Amino acid sequence: MGKYKFLGYRRPNGAVGSRNHVAIIPVDDLSNAAVEGVASLVNGTLPLPHPYGRLQFGADLDLFFQTMIGTGCNANIAAAVVIGIEPNWTKKIADGIAKTGKPVEAFSIERSGDFKTIEAASRAAKGLVQKASELKREEIDLSDAIVSTKCGESDTTSGLASNPTVGRVVERVVADGATFLFGETSEVTGGEQIIAERMKTPELKEKFMKVFNDYAEFINSQDADLLGSQPTQGNIAGGLTTIEEKAMGNIQKIGRANVDGVLNPAEAPKGKGLYFMDTSSAAAEAVTLFAAAGSVAHLFTTGQGNIVGNPVVPVIKLSANPRTVSTMSEHIDVPVDKILTLEQTLDQAADSAMDMLLKTLSGRLTSAEVLRHREFVLTKLYRSA
Amino acid sequence: MKPQFLFHDNKDNVGVAVVEVKVGEKITGSCLEGGKQLTLEAKETIPLGHKVALTPMKKGDSVIEYGVTIGHATQPVAAGQHVHTHNIKSDRW
Repeated sequence: MGKYKFLGYRRPNGAVGSRNHVAIIPVDDLSNAAVEGVASLVNGTLPLPHPYGRLQFGADLDLFFQTMIGTGCNANIAAAVVIGIEPNWTKKIADGIAKTGKPVEAFSIERSGDFKTIEAASRAAKGLVQKASELKREEIDLSDAIVSTKCGESDTTSGLASNPTVGRVVERVVADGATFLFGETSEVTGGEQIIAERMKTPELKEKFMKVFNDYAEFINSQDADLLGSQPTQGNIAGGLTTIEEKAMGNIQKIGRANVDGVLNPAEAPKGKGLYFMDTSSAAAEAVTLFAAAGSVAHLFTTGQGNIVGNPVVPVIKLSANPRTVSTMSEHIDVPVDKILTLEQTLDQAADSAMDMLLKTLSGRLTSAEVLRHREFVLTKLYRSA
Repeated sequence: MKPQFLFHDNKDNVGVAVVEVKVGEKITGSCLEGGKQLTLEAKETIPLGHKVALTPMKKGDSVIEYGVTIGHATQPVAAGQHVHTHNIKSDRW
């Protein structure tokens, strides 16, 4: 029994969610129109349009399926309608989601066309929405939940205040028995040894360093120089100068917690604790991968003002930059800029972030949700055939 | 009193301006880990969130923040000067 509780939804497979969406999931780019058609007819549905799903192969195709199936399996989704151009890949994704025990219906467009598909899928979606609306929130231990964290448009205020605030939340939540995901492989450059030392076993340390070195090798193989993109122009404007400095700020987000596992992109954690996931540092791509791994709430820190959201996972935004807090106030859920003036301690800031996390898990809408930020962005490993 | 800059670790040779600092201003900052307070004169304008040198650095000296090396000076830097892409560089790329 953990110390922290929230009101959430318990799914047939035991996973716990903070939202109760009926997702309308396209298998491929061609099916986005039908998906949007269903979503416009049926109130209470969540369309997840994306540009991929055709002629992908190998590891890139594997990641595609894992992300789509993982997203449908996310406990924030009560039921799913899957629409694809042809039946085979459609069935593969629908069957993958159905393993959670939640209701899933699948439709393919070939031999029907958009109109008939939209009609049949809308009828199914209507039933699923009404069924989902009968489900009630119940008291749930935070220790049953998966949450995640990432930073974006970071500046020095992230390293001074908003990231260490999240670090303290991570320490509390992990100590309470819950599961926390973090990642951003390229952005730990310069701090990778510090993360490596936090790995609980030598095997994990080796696995982490392999993930990190493979990434570094990939960048080198592209003849690329990340000097122009890491730190980003936004980071530099905010006062960050080197990747080492950015990495040190970034890793404040895990506080003093040790790491229980290293995950591939979109891979669901098998146990509880703190997990590093191999992700891009691009905000929407990383949050989408965390969602596919089962995250049901996300703590996102920003310095200069990254405004990312996600359709499936509520993204809670924290900022310590007084200019961002005042000029972009509609995007910030937890302002922590008073830390910089020593009017608020990190522990007080962590209390307010913790409170917002539990409220959000219990149904409070985040700024990103209210402002319709639904950045669902698949990670693509290489070009399609 | 509200600080004009903060630093992470007592070993750091750079601090972060938490307000807009004007040239010639006497600025005071404290270490987030507790402990020492420093007062110095700003030799340049330092934008909010940008770094200020707490001690003089020679070309090639390590720049220390969070108690660890975050790069090196590419030219001599005086205490109170603005520290950024024009006078320090990553050791990585």
